[in-house]
Amino acid sequence: MAAPKRGRSGSAQSKPWRPLALILIAIVALTGGMFASGHSTPRLGIDLAGGTSITLRAVAEPGQESAINKTNMNTAVDIMNRRVNGLGVSEAEVQTQGDKNIIVNIPKGTNSKEARQQVGTTAKLYFRPVLATEVSGGAATATPSPSASTSASDKATEKATDKATSSSSATPTATATSQGRPVTDGLRADSTPSASASAKASSSASPSASSSASSSTSKLEAQYAALDCTKKSVRATAGKGTKPTDTVVACGQNSQKQWQKYILGPAQVDGTDVKKAQAVFNTQTAAGWTVTMDFTSKGAKKFADVTGKLAQNQSPQNQFAIVLDGDVVSDPYVRQALTGGNAEISGSFNQEEAQSLANMLSYGALPLSFKEDSVTTVTAALGGEQLHAGLIAGAIGLALVVIYLLIFYKGLSVIAIPSLLVSAILTYVLMSLLGPAIGFALNLPAVCGAIVAIGITADSFIVFFERIRDEIREGRSLRPAVERAWPRARRTILVSDFVSFLAAAVLFIVTVGKVQGFAFTLGLTTVLDVVVVFLFTKPLMTLLARRKFFANGHKWSGLDPKALGAKPPLRRTRRPSRPTSGPVDPKEA
Amino acid sequence: MSKLGSLGARLHRGEVGYDFVGKRKIWYGVSILITITAILGLAVRGLNMGIEFQGGAVFTTPKHMSVSVTQAESFATDASGHDAVVQKLGDGSLRIQIAGIDTDKSDAIKEKLAGDLKINSETINADLVGPSWGDQIANKAWEGLAIFMVLVVIYLAIAFEWRMALAALVALIHDITITTGIYALVGFEVTPGTVIGLLTILGYSLYDTVVVFDSLKEQTKDITKQTRWTYSDVANRSINSTLMRSINTTVVALLPVGALLFIGGGFLGAGMLNDISLSLFVGLAAGAYSSIFIATPLVADLKEREPQMKALRKRVLAKRAQAAAQGETPEPEPADEQYADEHEDAAAAVVGPRNQPASRNRGRGRPSGKRR
Repeated sequence: MAAPKRGRSGSAQSKPWRPLALILIAIVALTGGMFASGHSTPRLGIDLAGGTSITLRAVAEPGQESAINKTNMNTAVDIMNRRVNGLGVSEAEVQTQGDKNIIVNIPKGTNSKEARQQVGTTAKLYFRPVLATEVSGGAATATPSPSASTSASDKATEKATDKATSSSSATPTATATSQGRPVTDGLRADSTPSASASAKASSSASPSASSSASSSTSKLEAQYAALDCTKKSVRATAGKGTKPTDTVVACGQNSQKQWQKYILGPAQVDGTDVKKAQAVFNTQTAAGWTVTMDFTSKGAKKFADVTGKLAQNQSPQNQFAIVLDGDVVSDPYVRQALTGGNAEISGSFNQEEAQSLANMLSYGALPLSFKEDSVTTVTAALGGEQLHAGLIAGAIGLALVVIYLLIFYKGLSVIAIPSLLVSAILTYVLMSLLGPAIGFALNLPAVCGAIVAIGITADSFIVFFERIRDEIREGRSLRPAVERAWPRARRTILVSDFVSFLAAAVLFIVTVGKVQGFAFTLGLTTVLDVVVVFLFTKPLMTLLARRKFFANGHKWSGLDPKALGAKPPLRRTRRPSRPTSGPVDPKEA
Repeated sequence: MSKLGSLGARLHRGEVGYDFVGKRKIWYGVSILITITAILGLAVRGLNMGIEFQGGAVFTTPKHMSVSVTQAESFATDASGHDAVVQKLGDGSLRIQIAGIDTDKSDAIKEKLAGDLKINSETINADLVGPSWGDQIANKAWEGLAIFMVLVVIYLAIAFEWRMALAALVALIHDITITTGIYALVGFEVTPGTVIGLLTILGYSLYDTVVVFDSLKEQTKDITKQTRWTYSDVANRSINSTLMRSINTTVVALLPVGALLFIGGGFLGAGMLNDISLSLFVGLAAGAYSSIFIATPLVADLKEREPQMKALRKRVLAKRAQAAAQGETPEPEPADEQYADEHEDAAAAVVGPRNQPASRNRGRGRPSGKRR
């Protein structure tokens, strides 16, 4: 009867040890790998371990929607990573999620408040000519000598290479200004904020001398006079609501860590014109750490124009300010027109300063801003509690399923329960390994997904077992029944698991946030379900079908033909042990 | 078990069974009624969207707060300048929801609240959500839903046929409508957790439907080559024969979810576990119902419109009429049983006379290799 079948599924039937050995080796190898790698527990998400999780959403400049792309997002992640880890936060992680979200996870015990300020900072960079500058606030240095502070030590020198060509300019509009530079608090505390800063000198450096077209109004001068950069609140609002084309007042810190205030002309070059910037240790001259910039062809032309004009001016109007998020991060002066498409800023930088400036130049120019979409702070206590609750729920769920299987499938539980366990072990090990591998973190929804997956996994066994029972009801003995049931059950399992996996995959790709963690677990467990059913459940079933206990349909095997209400065997010889039995009402027999 | 086992056997052979397809109109009616109620509930009461969808903050204090709810409410309102909703959770902690506050201001509010409640602000859990975050989650979920539906319809149309795909889609929409309707009617709060649960139902509802369809496809493979059963009859049989599995699956799926609900609701009071499992629980129940009472009868309905199936129905009815005219009972019990065998076994090429020995039929079917 089952002869033609045997040929097809013969390998699986005759060598059930092979897949079993395979999966056991896989388990041992994976578990070994897990312990060897030292990650014997899954990495926990913020909601289970405690900490702060910030979700940021990228907002593009109007008209620059294409700026939200993979490269820019990765760049933003990079810069945020630097900023957060610059705070000395260990293990803070920044990653993109979906196409326009960035998740920043900060473990417990770190200053989440400061970190939040850091990551949310908009990074927008402009080069503006300096019209006037002086030290602001504190009485310590009253006279702003033009060559003092940064302007004295910073210089830009030419390094000619590629030639500039086109000169169209696209200036982004509205710039939201907020405080973004890391070092603020300490300084504010120290200096004496005096609202009426000694600002006399500024009038001499009046903006009218500027090469820029726009003449400053008296209003701006008044604003400048009143500007006290030592006040954080003042700094935060200094350039608020201004456009790149405006003449603005701004603040910045000079190399002596003093606050300096500026009147700046309209932006001449913007950050997107910078192709690349790096910190270089200049061994040829004594300049030490310098920052080199490469401009795009468009940027090079603009830069050549502006430096050409600036070079003719007197200090401080021969300086240009590099303005990041409304803060002046550097204000080098120009000695001559820089026409080569690249430039070098040198000064008394140390390595760190040079690198940070280079980063700001190359990364800070993204036409993106980020908005806090959600901030979740979970205390370690609650995290632990939630983890605990999730584990208890999982244990109870698993126990209930096991009890149900025991009651309903009796002896077949010998197959079902180890299969569930194998699934559970594989899930756990893979989750632990995926933590360091792809940054998978087990969060609460992921725990939920794993628990829900118990049902899906158990369902595969149910499909298989019910199929076998159907075959037995047809009057077959166990071994052919198993072999006949398997192809049908296999198809059903594959089709339904595929649908389940499809749902998980779509969710994972499309959605954001917590949904993603859930989808990931669901997808992972669905795949594992198929693996376990193919490599473990089926071979084990084949093996056990050879045992008398099952083959003869013992009362407790869960495959008792009588209990299942099997029809009388079509050929009596096939089941000699049970020659006759009432098919319809087994209780009679 | 022996009782259940024999029930399974009788279901399998079609000795007992419920006429799901025949009584489909009733169940369609029931479903339409539920769906209308759900839609009305959605329209009239609307969903109780959680703070995550409005923007605002949820603060959760440590356990065992001595402060009363009304006191905490006034503290929170003072601190934020907005209305606050305070709940006391099972473990004595307070859950303070303040809608409409900005994420920037939340830190100050948290500090103030901590001062008022005389606890360390570090021990307060905070969930701050910008106003657009919920929209984003919801939009993404809709997007995912749409993509999934398109893909799954394509897949089912290829794996089965378009009628089944359509029926599965209807069942899916049915499940989601009912679940959201229940949320609207009962007034459960909708959180991202709820959305997760709802999206999981997608996979699960279809999972169940697919299993029934699989059996249906198998059993109707050569349906036009016999004249005893109409498509609806066979569809009904496949539902009945997979009924045991459907019940088992649903129970096994509901057990862990029930455990989650129990733990989430009982131990944690409120939160992600509770939200996910609640929507799952409702959705799974609806999913099991729809795959049996809606999806398969719908396929039968659609199939019966095919000219082939119409012709088959005609032939079957004619044959039954003839048999009745000859004074025979149209469908004696043994015939039922035999058909089960014939069909399962051989995908009967031609169903012979009723008294044809089963063994012969088996012999004929075997080499055809159609058993898969």
